[in-house]
Amino acid sequence: MSIFEYNGSALVAMVGKNCFAIASDRRLGVQLQTIATDFQRISKIHDRLFLGLSGLATDAQTLYQRLVFRHKLYQLREERDMKPETFANLVSAILYEKRFGPYFCQPVIAGLGDEDKPFICTMDSIGAKELAKDFVVAGTASESLYGACESMFKQDMEPEDLFETVSQALLSSVDRDCLSGWGGHVYVVTPTEVKERILKGRMD
Amino acid sequence: MLAKKGVNPPSFRKTGTTIVGLVFQYGVILGADTRATEGPIVCDKNCEKIHYMAPNIYCCGAGTAADTEAVTDMVSSQLQLHRYHTGRESRVVTALTLLKRHLFNYQGYVSAALVLGGVDVTGPHLHTIYPHGSTDTLPFATMGSGSLAAMAVFESKYKEGLTRNEGIKLVTEAICSGIFNDLGSGSNVDVCVITKGGKEYLRNHLQPNPRTYTNSKGYSFPKKTEVLLTKIIPLKEKVEIIEGGDAMEE
Repeated sequence: MSIFEYNGSALVAMVGKNCFAIASDRRLGVQLQTIATDFQRISKIHDRLFLGLSGLATDAQTLYQRLVFRHKLYQLREERDMKPETFANLVSAILYEKRFGPYFCQPVIAGLGDEDKPFICTMDSIGAKELAKDFVVAGTASESLYGACESMFKQDMEPEDLFETVSQALLSSVDRDCLSGWGGHVYVVTPTEVKERILKGRMD
Repeated sequence: MLAKKGVNPPSFRKTGTTIVGLVFQYGVILGADTRATEGPIVCDKNCEKIHYMAPNIYCCGAGTAADTEAVTDMVSSQLQLHRYHTGRESRVVTALTLLKRHLFNYQGYVSAALVLGGVDVTGPHLHTIYPHGSTDTLPFATMGSGSLAAMAVFESKYKEGLTRNEGIKLVTEAICSGIFNDLGSGSNVDVCVITKGGKEYLRNHLQPNPRTYTNSKGYSFPKKTEVLLTKIIPLKEKVEIIEGGDAMEE
């Protein structure tokens, strides 16, 4: 079994009209045994920037701690929050530092940049950025997620529509993946509020 | 060692690619496809493979995506520092030497195969750089998984002293040959024309693979997703602006 399939994960981020959604599954497993059904894969970096980390859970936790540390230092020096594009470059640099002994994680970064323009990005485990204008996926369910998002995505969706689309794409993809699932966690972020919702899914 | 115990190493994102370059009458034309793959899956349908090195030098990259991006970014920064230091326009051979020294140092583990082209005071130059650090200087070059398909086009149709439009047409044909015949390359054609006067980056110059099958109605989900819990966090304004406040005391 690949090291990426040790814990199991599913992450997706989508762009809407002046908003974005980032969603993950909630299972934490050790190969085929489930050990937690409320695992948080998506963390807030600041009010308008969210980071999801798929892959090996221990590397995801360590990487998250390092990135929060760097962001806090940035806030102290610059007296402002990091822009999503800058944060993506930071994550890419930190991952490439470990080119020959990498963190076994695939990050998904989603944020609102200047003028509330949504920004999403994913990377492979050594920091190769992929900036997309529509959606990005990561995790063991990524192949199903690619297919689901490709067909369900529409341009310029309102926050409520975006929530429905992201939820349906996530739930239908994790249902086809043994290693991810047990519900969903969706964040829909607009310039004025963050809506966090927990989805009911198949518990198998 | 890990592989023996049955742990397979992760598959990195590659740009299984077609990248080409040719020298024409007034300079250099570079071309690339725009597909990035992760194993057999296409992870990016429109990525950028022609990287900026200097205002007069561009570099196409094939191989592991993180390696090509990191090595071209690093050498681009080194070239800028060098420009500040010398006060002169960068030369293509400078970029070439910086890249090949770095790649040789890592003995091929930094998997970046590059086509470097540019125009400097000594004229137009085109080079290929292999992951182990060897280089070639050529009038026309191709790299990547689609290099054989593209080279077939170049070998039959290239001639010296091509005009700008002929050169762009030939580069586009070579990349298209890679896109349609090589499974690792696909999507659109990017072209970059570099001359003494300046550069012209034609992003998505040709889009021979548009998406024609989308249903205009799209998906609508009448049955709502079941939600267990909703938490709404309003984002407050960080700074309160007080109009006509008191003046600060000295």
